[in-house]
Amino acid sequence: MFKKLIKKSRAKSPWIMHFDCGSCNGCDIETLACLTPLYDVERFGIINVGNPKHADVLLVTGTVNHRNKAVLKNIYDQMPDPKAVIAIGACGLSGGVFRDCYNVVGGVDKVIPVDVYVPGCPAKPEAIIDGVVQALAKFEQKQAG
Amino acid sequence: MEGLVLALLGIILAPMAGGLLAGTDRRVTAWMQSRQGPPILQAFYDVFKLFGKERLMVNRWQVLCCWIYLIAAALSVGLFFGKADLLLIFFVQAAGAVFLVMGALSVKSPYSQVGAQRELVQILTYEPLLILVFAGIYLVVGSFNVGDIMAYDAPLLRKLPLMFIVLSYALTIKLRKSPFDFSTSHHAHQEIVKGVLTEYSGPALAIIEVAHWYETILILAVCSLFWATNWFWMIVLLAATYFAELVIDNTMARMTWRWMLKYVWSIGLALTFINFIWLHAG
Repeated sequence: MFKKLIKKSRAKSPWIMHFDCGSCNGCDIETLACLTPLYDVERFGIINVGNPKHADVLLVTGTVNHRNKAVLKNIYDQMPDPKAVIAIGACGLSGGVFRDCYNVVGGVDKVIPVDVYVPGCPAKPEAIIDGVVQALAKFEQKQAG
Repeated sequence: MEGLVLALLGIILAPMAGGLLAGTDRRVTAWMQSRQGPPILQAFYDVFKLFGKERLMVNRWQVLCCWIYLIAAALSVGLFFGKADLLLIFFVQAAGAVFLVMGALSVKSPYSQVGAQRELVQILTYEPLLILVFAGIYLVVGSFNVGDIMAYDAPLLRKLPLMFIVLSYALTIKLRKSPFDFSTSHHAHQEIVKGVLTEYSGPALAIIEVAHWYETILILAVCSLFWATNWFWMIVLLAATYFAELVIDNTMARMTWRWMLKYVWSIGLALTFINFIWLHAG
């Protein structure tokens, strides 16, 4: 019963950590727009925390480059299991228009495993919320440790 | 025997009431910001989720500290409901609060360190005020015993109106509301990440959250002593006080610890002084 309760709570309380991995800020603004009274993601229990140790879901926007891939990996490793990763925007998915640049590694999934891909340039707030909801379905099934 | 039963009842019921209050708090805050807000049970979902997370402790000292914080908070609530001595309750609560700080200081993270220092300053600010409030109650009732204070025939608020304001300062600091929320806050983002709670994660954070509910209930219980003669007015007083806290939280900006120490101590001491003279003269 306790396990069932934890499973239910997991879906009801996803704490989000947003990492700007070299984005143009387009997707970042759309991500933050989800917190405004218009979209109010807190009604799903979502909180935007600034601390990977408290986070359940990692939102990554922008391309990964050789400078920040270690930072991205570090943030991912600091999050306690179970955790989910959502890549946002064309750049986060594949590197977008920057994919051929000499300093760009590519999409987020080149460095850490990604659960949900949210396309768009920039991704709409509705699409981001939908991505989080889909990630929750996966997140609910994951086990600690 | 009756005291023991009441104490156990308090220990079991307090976290439920505290969690519901935390959920209502977020709901009302959202309403003030013209949002819908999370469900009332959100605080319980958060804690259960945290219990299901992986244990990532930085050191063993942290585990010990969060447990002692919880046990001290629960014990102080139990002592209150068991009608023990206010001073004993105060010392148990203060010991627990210090362990939270020690756990945060045992980690090298600068956010945790700064948060712990600020939490210490916050403790330093509200603890003397609490003692003064208890001293005021003693001057009126002639006893520190919760049972005796409850049995007093007139509402204490009539004789100690200014001491109630002093207590509400302590309540605001203890609830981590603006403008006093700089060691850590309920809002996700602040300038030192999550302050004193930065390095606690998963089950440890859940334990601290439950301990925080206990402390909230304890301070509200002390507030309730100010109108202990009538249940209806006691509840009205508590609801009005908590609503005032929410209004303050939503209208104030976060200040600095220097400002807090100067402001709260000067206002608190002045109000205490006036109230004690009044008590003496009246």
